[in-house]
Amino acid sequence: MAAGSPRRLVEVEHLKRVFDVSKPLITRLLEHEPRRRLKAVDGLDFKIDRGETLGIVGESGSGKSTLARMVVGLLKPTDGRVLIEGIDMAATGDPAARRDVRRRMQMIFQDPYASLNPRWRVGDIIAEPIHAFGLGESRRDGEATKPRKGAVAARAGELLRLVGLDPADGRKYPHEFSGGQRQRIAIARALASNPDFIVCDEPTSALDVSIQAQILNLMRDLQEKLGLTYLLITHNLAVVRHMATRVGVMYLGRLVEIAPTAELFARPRHPYTRMLLDAVPDLAMSGRARTPVGGEVPNPIDPPPGCPFHPRCPKAIARCRTEVPQFIDNVACHLAHDDPNWLAREGATARL
Amino acid sequence: MSEISVELPKSEPASRSFLGRLKDSDLLASFLSSKVTVVAGALTLIFFLAAVFAPLIAPTNPFDPASNFLIDSLNPPRFVTGGDARFLLGTDDQGRDLWSAILYGLRVSLLIGVFGVLLGGAIGITLGLIAGYAGGRIDSIIMRIADVQLTFPAILIALLVDGVVQALLKGQNREQTAFGILVISIGLSFWVQYARTVRGSTLVEKNRDYVQAARLIGLSPARILMRHILPNVMGPVLVIATINLALAIITEATLSFLGVGLPPTQPSLGTLIRIGQNFLFSGEWWIVTFPSITLAALVLAVNLLGDWLRDALNPRLK
Amino acid sequence: MKAPLLSVKDLRVEFITRRGPLTALDGISFDLAPGEILGVVGESGAGKSLTGLAIIGLLDPPGRIAGGEIRLNGERIDNLAPEAMRKIRGRRIGMIFQDPLTSLNPLLRIGDQLVETILTHTSLTPKAARARAISLLTEVGIPAPEKRIDGYPHEFSGGMRQRVVIALALCAEPALVIADEPTTALDVSVQAQIIAVLKRLAREHHAAVILITHDMGVIAETADRVAVMYAGRIAEIGRVEEVVRDPLHPYAKGLMAAIPTLEGRAARLAQIPGAMPRLSAIPPGCAFNPRCPNVFDRCRIERPPPLPIGTRRAACWLYDRGEVTPPARETVS
Repeated sequence: MAAGSPRRLVEVEHLKRVFDVSKPLITRLLEHEPRRRLKAVDGLDFKIDRGETLGIVGESGSGKSTLARMVVGLLKPTDGRVLIEGIDMAATGDPAARRDVRRRMQMIFQDPYASLNPRWRVGDIIAEPIHAFGLGESRRDGEATKPRKGAVAARAGELLRLVGLDPADGRKYPHEFSGGQRQRIAIARALASNPDFIVCDEPTSALDVSIQAQILNLMRDLQEKLGLTYLLITHNLAVVRHMATRVGVMYLGRLVEIAPTAELFARPRHPYTRMLLDAVPDLAMSGRARTPVGGEVPNPIDPPPGCPFHPRCPKAIARCRTEVPQFIDNVACHLAHDDPNWLAREGATARL
Repeated sequence: MSEISVELPKSEPASRSFLGRLKDSDLLASFLSSKVTVVAGALTLIFFLAAVFAPLIAPTNPFDPASNFLIDSLNPPRFVTGGDARFLLGTDDQGRDLWSAILYGLRVSLLIGVFGVLLGGAIGITLGLIAGYAGGRIDSIIMRIADVQLTFPAILIALLVDGVVQALLKGQNREQTAFGILVISIGLSFWVQYARTVRGSTLVEKNRDYVQAARLIGLSPARILMRHILPNVMGPVLVIATINLALAIITEATLSFLGVGLPPTQPSLGTLIRIGQNFLFSGEWWIVTFPSITLAALVLAVNLLGDWLRDALNPRLK
Repeated sequence: MKAPLLSVKDLRVEFITRRGPLTALDGISFDLAPGEILGVVGESGAGKSLTGLAIIGLLDPPGRIAGGEIRLNGERIDNLAPEAMRKIRGRRIGMIFQDPLTSLNPLLRIGDQLVETILTHTSLTPKAARARAISLLTEVGIPAPEKRIDGYPHEFSGGMRQRVVIALALCAEPALVIADEPTTALDVSVQAQIIAVLKRLAREHHAAVILITHDMGVIAETADRVAVMYAGRIAEIGRVEEVVRDPLHPYAKGLMAAIPTLEGRAARLAQIPGAMPRLSAIPPGCAFNPRCPNVFDRCRIERPPPLPIGTRRAACWLYDRGEVTPPARETVS
């Protein structure tokens, strides 16, 4: 880390993504249907500081996967921008600058069976970013020389060792590995370009509990060792409790609450956050009484007016049906704005 | 700082060589389990070898006018009364040894078939990859062209191409160009099937995470198509290619039969059949019979091989 | 002591492959009392789904039951002819699969699917069957069931569909319901609802449930007893409070310690080194021995049978009091 580098690594400003899910023109004309738009992400603002882990939790339809892909540049925002160390990759004309930004951020995907090309050897998969960013090359007299094959392979072996695998595994194909091992390979690939920032899209959702523990421990060890910053997208509240320093909660494309982890879990300010926390099965078997909230996430194509959560919200008031709550003071809820202590007064036992 | 423990037991040795893996694979087991497939495979292999080594096996070179003597024409096969010991399967109307002619004809048929399939495959795979990956307008245009192409039967296209080229060359150099014309005609007739299949597979693969990972590091679409997607869509292509090979051989035979294919001085199996047809009812049955049997056997063997390959590579049947 | 509704003794399931038979389930034994909810928990490859499939007779070749017996109300059902098994399926054993999208026929209205099942297994008239279907939909919490009964599956949300599947499983009043990962494909908030529905309906219809899942939290909330599976064997089986709060088998211990909780940001999650062995590479003796922190010599040679500790059984030599054959009686120590 260079001295004097800014602490703010990632900045997301008014990020929006709209998908056009209209039926084909002819059908629309015949059935008199208007264009249909899906607001997957509807105006997100947040920042991530160097070295921290921001967790984003949400259920299906929350837009968290769309968010992940926009942050990393796989999807173009319809509006708003993503700044990585102050640089907006989508707006920069300079290919070298763009390449440099790309090098600094990487992604780990959810499905360990689909994120590795089944026809490539593992060593080649891990080495690909090294080649793509010219990391193995050295510059002599201003001329770039191609990397020595052995050097790249050695680096790939090093990365394999770093994630707990054997360097000799580089010669194998992905199908020879288990799900957990493949996720390690995916992590090794993500580390190959020496990134600063890694977006993890449900990295352990497809893994068994004991394997998940290994991978999460590995991720934290690597963060400590290499000074990484994580954006962790997940639906699993326990995982985010364990891994994240700050947590943001998304619902139907909006950020409804964001707070330091312990804060969020002890004193959730948005009713949806509280509902989520309540819905997690109680492993401690404390005999806590739960009232599972009814209803399901509505169709994102046709969200309810006003606050999108109001049909399911036990605390909804008239205002919630008509007015969309703004994201103020890190929460988007009329009740939380008007009456910040509503939860304490309920006397409900919140999770610590 | 905590150690990142290497907790996994000593891993198994890395993949053995390609041959080693092939020997142990399900594919080979599936091949060996069906007698029909083994026979078909063996037959195809024999035909290929015969075609490759034709100059060494055949007693004469039927394409060389100097070695054919009209006086030898229309001899029945050796094993029939009146047959000449020199000619195993008899001779045709030009005095060509039929056995040699079949071998050389087989060679020509296979050459044209293979090159035609390669050309069709190259065009089809390329267009399919582009259509599937680009989507939108480009996809629509390519697929509409493909649809139009399909309305024309292969023979018609071949005749069209042949006619155009003939007009351009004004009838010269027919012998040299015939080969090329046939290959182009067959290639242009058959690319659509490849394109459609590859497009479908590409549509599926392009959304998979490993392609996203490649996009993430900034690879160009061409590179992604060639290095990542292409290896993963080749499976069905092999099946189509095998079955297309049979079709290509038949198409060439048909064209030669119709007189639009190879010139009579370089007969393929189809040409031989055409020649032989004229003599069928005058008693010289061998000229049409032996080439026909060869052609039928070849096409059948290749088709059966293609059937097996399709079933063996189909993950849903496993 | 009431006779058990379901009695599985020494069940063995194997797969015939080119390289010889692979044992996927190796000596599974448990009893299920009427109205009881038994959780079967384990990681992928442990064999929990196979157990459910074997009981209901839906093992696809090359899998087959290679040994042991399964008794429903005292009668053997593992060796029945397909016809006889079909009669039992639906009528006496209901099944809920993980993915509601594929459990329901997308081309049939849900009302038709419900009515068809009811008519097949009961002697009600079509009118009565439809009325019963509507009342079932009310029970599972579908609003306006008289209207929605004529809807198609794609018109329902994921959670609603799974409720319909539960109704479908219960409409012939089976004594046993096997639920294979019923909440895994659903959002967290919906999971809680579905678990509540399943629990309530099972109680009201006096149906016993075998709840197969990898989610320990769901088990803790729902089940009366739990069986922890590992590599085709049962590692520990007992009352859910005991097993969850104080697991005995080292694998169960490791599993519970590896689960992140909502309670705090621990320094490190306890992890079990290595991974579950593949079917073709199960070690001799105790299947868990290469990964076990308490392993000793006997574990590597002799496979431990389920040894009794109180009302529980754990297949671990740590709890051997000198008796190798577990006693038939159930004593509380």
